Amino acid sequence: MSAVAIISIFTLAVFVGFEVVSKVSSTLHTPLMSGANAIHGVILVGAIIVADHSSTNLELGLAVAAIILATINMVGGFVVTDRMLEMFKGKK
Amino acid sequence: MSRTLYDLIGLFAGVCFILALKGLSHPKTARRGNRIGAVGATIATLVVFFYTNPGSSLPLNNLGWILGAIAVGGVIGVPAARKVQMTQMPQLVALFNGVGGGAAALVAIVEYLHLGTNATTADVIFTVFTVIVGCVSFSGSIITFLKLQELMTTRPVVFPGGRFVIAATLVAVLGVGAWVVSALGTAPLLILAALSLLFGILFVLPVGGADVPIVISLLNAFTGLTVAASGYVLNSVLLIIAGTLVGASGTILTRLMAEAMGRSLFGTLFGAFTAKPQASSGVAEERPVRSGSPDDVAILLNYARRVVIVPGFGLAVAQAQHTVRELADLMISKGIDVAYGIHPVAGRMPGHMNVLLAEANVPYDQLLEMDEVNPTFGQTDVAIVIGANDVVNPAAQNTPGCPIYGMPILEVSNAANVVFLKRSMRPGFAGIENELLYDPKTMLLFGDAKASLTKVVSALKAL
Repeated sequence: MSAVAIISIFTLAVFVGFEVVSKVSSTLHTPLMSGANAIHGVILVGAIIVADHSSTNLELGLAVAAIILATINMVGGFVVTDRMLEMFKGKK
Repeated sequence: MSRTLYDLIGLFAGVCFILALKGLSHPKTARRGNRIGAVGATIATLVVFFYTNPGSSLPLNNLGWILGAIAVGGVIGVPAARKVQMTQMPQLVALFNGVGGGAAALVAIVEYLHLGTNATTADVIFTVFTVIVGCVSFSGSIITFLKLQELMTTRPVVFPGGRFVIAATLVAVLGVGAWVVSALGTAPLLILAALSLLFGILFVLPVGGADVPIVISLLNAFTGLTVAASGYVLNSVLLIIAGTLVGASGTILTRLMAEAMGRSLFGTLFGAFTAKPQASSGVAEERPVRSGSPDDVAILLNYARRVVIVPGFGLAVAQAQHTVRELADLMISKGIDVAYGIHPVAGRMPGHMNVLLAEANVPYDQLLEMDEVNPTFGQTDVAIVIGANDVVNPAAQNTPGCPIYGMPILEVSNAANVVFLKRSMRPGFAGIENELLYDPKTMLLFGDAKASLTKVVSALKAL
């Protein structure tokens, strides 16, 4: 991928990230942080890629540790956010 | 699967994440937003198993290890998320964030070992960035966890010369980072990781309890950026989009939180460099306080026209949400005007108290935000402060130099009477003495919040 393409993606994503959360009420700060936290759990994808091409035991061991940590981050993050938001249901 | 299809599916997942953040910004759509995010993450994970990286083949190498590790992660993460008490949720989020940062650092290290001398300078720079920030996020989050779990002191930890140690560590981290970029090699990278872990610990230690949520949010944004940097090294559009989104939205969220708490972001971040060891102001003189019985409180409430309940973390710890609602319902049936005054950071994090009260089915329209409730304290007969301290502490307004100075507070001191339900005279999370406790119009009811409230309810019923 060209450097320009990557910089373009990065820049646009920065603006989108700023824009989508700029008007959130303080009530939702905690769930929003927790949800964003779960999203960066997609580093799991990166962990799987490096586990796939690990060629030594050291690499594989570190990659397996990364997969475990990333899964905890992603799965746990979405579940705990859902539990928080469950409390808001049925309210106006 | 072709690279194009793989990247397009990655783009789709990225769009899911944008919609997730958008949804999470509004109460009505928040839960759906979170689920859209989960769907995006699931698709992104599944599709990796069907894509052949250059020089690899399907099924993935080490498939057993990969699936086993995912299973282990799930077995740890899901029960932790399901079983955690709502009061302990902030530290769980901190922990999840920390392991995410750790995962990003590990991915960068493995990829670095794998590329060896094939790594371009840009790859190495992004690797160094990911290792530094990922490790800082990991160790820093562990410290915030320990602080919130109260496994260590919640006060700022400042030691003599601390700021020089921190500055020296930072210089060392950057120096070793430059060394890795210029010299390459496994050992320098591992030294870099160790120094970064140390820096994360030193960076968070001087942060006071009240500022911890801001730091968690900031570390969350940091982790997002490490994921984006890994995306560059691994040539993954999805990781770049997802990581950048979290980094950007996390930065804004951190600023919004700091504003809601009346804290300067700069002051929080660089507290490490400016904090001085605090003179222990705790000259433990015995000062008279007015303590009352549940009957006294019930009588006070019985003749009130308007009562504002100010719930704090102590209420949540005592699991007294349901009892407080019972008391509120009883007062309403007696024709008393009842409202809850919710400080933006009541509990441990912005919005935490709303979650806890919603769990107890407290009607949403009785929950008043700080700006709504503050002007009404003048017409309030009784303010009941349950297990809260820092958020009503007038020191935030009249004692320049105290750690919470400048934080907006609920001005309960304007009410005709103030009732504090407390376990003891112990100061709040920020560790600051509260003058309001000694005010003549303040009555203290000592004991477990739930037990005290139950007694007040039965005394009020008897009147």
